Amino acid sequence: MKIGSAILIGGMILLLFPNAKRMMKESPEAEKGDWEGFLVPIALVAAFVLLLMNLI
Amino acid sequence: MQGNTVSTQVEAKILATNKLIRNTYMLLAMTLVFSAVTATLSVFLRLPPMTYLLSLGGAIVLMWFVLPRTANSTSGIGVVFGITGLLGLGLGPLLSMYLSLPNGPQIVATALGGTGVIFFALSGYALTTRRNFNFMGGFLATGFLVVLAASLVNIFLGIPAFSLAISATVVMLMSGFLLYETSQMVHGGQDNYVLATVGLYMTIFNLFVSLLHLLGFASND
Repeated sequence: MKIGSAILIGGMILLLFPNAKRMMKESPEAEKGDWEGFLVPIALVAAFVLLLMNLI
Repeated sequence: MQGNTVSTQVEAKILATNKLIRNTYMLLAMTLVFSAVTATLSVFLRLPPMTYLLSLGGAIVLMWFVLPRTANSTSGIGVVFGITGLLGLGLGPLLSMYLSLPNGPQIVATALGGTGVIFFALSGYALTTRRNFNFMGGFLATGFLVVLAASLVNIFLGIPAFSLAISATVVMLMSGFLLYETSQMVHGGQDNYVLATVGLYMTIFNLFVSLLHLLGFASND
């Protein structure tokens, strides 16, 4: 099972690497305020997950 | 005259975007129902844990080698159902394991509800604010590769705290991917609803599995 998982994840890394490299090259630059617009909802998701973990 | 042409082009673009979003969410809803059926079947049949690995492997082969060739034809829809059906089938052993815990049904239901809330909230945010998250592509791709490498290392190290940190990172990354993929449909970058559906489905799948792991840990079982 461990070997199978390792082969699967290793294969995924190999397959995804060229795509990831392309995405890194082609991504447009962030404009002012773009990162705030991303970080605020992500922080809310983190808070929500923590809430769920406390409720369970 | 030129103004009319520009206005017609803008209208056509808006209509195409709306059609893409509608088709993507319709196909996504159908594939989610289908994978729920195959997951239920897998739980009832008590398929062995190896099913998870085999199904994931089969789905990856379909995704990387068959889907790119069929995405622009109607057979692409069949491939999407094949991928999501396999992933649902693979979820069965994992769900069986969690359901066997004392408060297992509660963990699974909370993970399912939590995934739904995160999906609707983030998709709604990206669609209503119409913010462009296309700049995050490189960051998310790098983050995902790092997480995969960390998972590979932890298969052999087997450190529970590391595994938990990976799951928490995956939840954050998948939330980012939800914003990115929705933004790609609105602002361009994705104009194929079959590929958009698979991207969103994979994001939801990873989000659910990671949330399940975190909640299972939090329940102390």
